[in-house]
Amino acid sequence: MGVVEIDQLVDARGLSCPMPIVKTAQAVKALTSGSVVELLATDPGSIKDVAAWCKSTGNELVEQTSDGAVYRFVIRRK
Amino acid sequence: MTTAMLDAPIEVPAPIPAAAFEAEVNAPPKEILIINYSGDLEKVWATMILASTSAAMGVKTRVFVTFWGLQVFVRDDVRITGENWMQKMLSAMQRPGVSHRKLSKMNFLGMGPWMMRKLAKQYNVASPKELLEAAKELGVEFIPCQMTMDMFGLKREDMIEGMGEPVGAATVIGMMTENSVPLFI
Repeated sequence: MGVVEIDQLVDARGLSCPMPIVKTAQAVKALTSGSVVELLATDPGSIKDVAAWCKSTGNELVEQTSDGAVYRFVIRRK
Repeated sequence: MTTAMLDAPIEVPAPIPAAAFEAEVNAPPKEILIINYSGDLEKVWATMILASTSAAMGVKTRVFVTFWGLQVFVRDDVRITGENWMQKMLSAMQRPGVSHRKLSKMNFLGMGPWMMRKLAKQYNVASPKELLEAAKELGVEFIPCQMTMDMFGLKREDMIEGMGEPVGAATVIGMMTENSVPLFI
């Protein structure tokens, strides 16, 4: 996958549900359509939650990677 | 003969227009109405988590706050509320404000909530107050119950910033029957 340019980083490492989603929504809300957000989280629930959030809000989940401890999601605002 | 009885035409019901059917299936109500009835710490926590998440997911979210749940939305720095001695005594016995909630069980004179808050900090769980702030920022509408405000002698200036206009039960039922998914907490 090509390198995606990140417009804003949301660092939710260490935060529990629902803060990774809440912080992502707050960040996305402030951006324009097509902007890209990178979310870092350590909450294992975020794997399913981020996908559910993207599906429900219509934003695109471009990438998701992990080093085993930190989950990284790249989301493009619709 | 039986064939004679089979002459009557069968009325075939008109098929559901495809568009209407699809709209019904593919467009579930995108509105949530939480009735925050309780003032207990653990239930208020649930309200705040669900309300902030729901708004974050792009769902129009309203929280009707009534009865003990209304005490949660009194400003943290307001100690005694009410006009007569009974209303004042109620607030004295049960401190209002989102930061002063008690557990419905295992309260142990405040030991329970203290441990709960300590655990939440340890595991980075946002407090009800933080979640309330996030919910407000994401556009959750908190609507007070007019009747409860009157009965407890609560004034608009006792309540936190950004509360909606007080309404009654009929407005809430109206929201429920229109297009909101209701939750009673």
